[in-house]
Amino acid sequence: MTYYTKKHEWVKIINQKAVVGVSEYAASELGDVTFVELPSVSDSVEGGEYLCTIESVKAAAEVYAPIGGTIAAVNKKLEDDPQILNDSAEEAGWICKLDDYSEADLMELMDGKEYKEYLKTL
Amino acid sequence: MEKSDIVKSTPLVAEHEALHAKMVNFAGWNMPVQYEHGILFEHQHTREKCSLFDICHMGEFNVKGAGVAAALDRIVARPVADQPIGSCRYNLLLNDEGGILDDLILYRCAEESFFIVVNAGCIDSDAARFQSLLPAGISFENSSDKTAKLDLQGPESINVLCEIWDLSQEDLPSYFHFIEIERFGVRVIVSRTGYTGELGFELYLPADSVVFFWRQFLAHKLVEPAGLGARDTLRLEAGLPLYGHEMSTDISPLETGYGKMLQLKKHPEREFSGKDGVQSRVANRQLCALYLEGRRAAREHTEVRNGIGQKIGIVTSGCYAPSLGKAIALAYLEKDLIPEDQVVFLPLGRGEAKAHIGTMPFYKNGSVKGK
Repeated sequence: MTYYTKKHEWVKIINQKAVVGVSEYAASELGDVTFVELPSVSDSVEGGEYLCTIESVKAAAEVYAPIGGTIAAVNKKLEDDPQILNDSAEEAGWICKLDDYSEADLMELMDGKEYKEYLKTL
Repeated sequence: MEKSDIVKSTPLVAEHEALHAKMVNFAGWNMPVQYEHGILFEHQHTREKCSLFDICHMGEFNVKGAGVAAALDRIVARPVADQPIGSCRYNLLLNDEGGILDDLILYRCAEESFFIVVNAGCIDSDAARFQSLLPAGISFENSSDKTAKLDLQGPESINVLCEIWDLSQEDLPSYFHFIEIERFGVRVIVSRTGYTGELGFELYLPADSVVFFWRQFLAHKLVEPAGLGARDTLRLEAGLPLYGHEMSTDISPLETGYGKMLQLKKHPEREFSGKDGVQSRVANRQLCALYLEGRRAAREHTEVRNGIGQKIGIVTSGCYAPSLGKAIALAYLEKDLIPEDQVVFLPLGRGEAKAHIGTMPFYKNGSVKGK
């Protein structure tokens, strides 16, 4: 199950890690992604805290941690091929994986259906 | 409503909407920044084939009368008096202090007739400046609202134009020249100029005919629409300045790299508006081409530092350069502080990007002067 924030990040639990990325909507709004500044492994972040920056040809967008935790892994593929984010924002274009998170924090976020409704209001 | 709140649209706005363009406000105009395939596609397509740009927002003036060449020669920074009929010349309009009010192109249509193309954001101020400086007896018309402009750019543009308009390549003007022709009952100025670093044409036509020609060009299999996003990455790779970034009233023409164009040494006797200002103001900066080592773009206002962390300049434009696969930037650097090894540093995000000062254009394989 994937959860979303109002700032268009997603998070889902896979093999006990919280996998984090930005939504397809966000990737499409940004346009062609040219650079991703990945977070640093073993840094810890609070929910809502700055995580990293994504740049497209025309814009730069800040990504915030949907929930708190410790960065366990980052998607190094995005460094050489940032367009993965345009092609597959919610699968291959994941940004990082978190440890030490609290599942209860997910309750604060929107599920896929709620996020879809939210997008209609924008 | 304040004047600045009024957003204007070109005659092609419905065409852009039908093509699902993303629209942005540029210099008070509602303009397409990209179409469905995105900026990288549009950039590449222009480098390889042919793209069509809506540039109707730009301004056009007609200036006519006995002695018009001599009159304009006293107003703009680069000599006009010796400009041949049928040629276009890049030029600058200065204020009395020698700062740049606009960069523009003058077309000499006849002995006593010029056509001037100016930036969208400068139309009203340029018109006022020309009108205040032109002598009586010279007529000045701001024809911006009734003149449309389409840019057809890319190595295939010459073939596309020949095919669609039933012309041979010999009929078309050479680099920085133009012709006036009639097609489908409409008079069009065809100019061998552009803003992409590729072979291309700028077409000036009546605003009420532009939808017809826009559709006609797009119907060609090699032509795709391109927006202001690709226009910006293309012009930056070509090392071309953008008014408001590399040029402004705070910048001397002698700092832009276009100083020679003024021919101050060749024609010391020539007077033009802003000449005293140019000669008396400090010009200790130089526009430099920065080749960054990574993909991350340095944006406008990013500081440029030397190896010991001293600020030596500021970025005026920067982007990821699709044709180079790396980021590039234009920056004004203090001439005396440019490091001998040509290596500079830019603070970006959590770190610092290393960059090398190199030659312009950034993209050196453009077809601009070809054929």
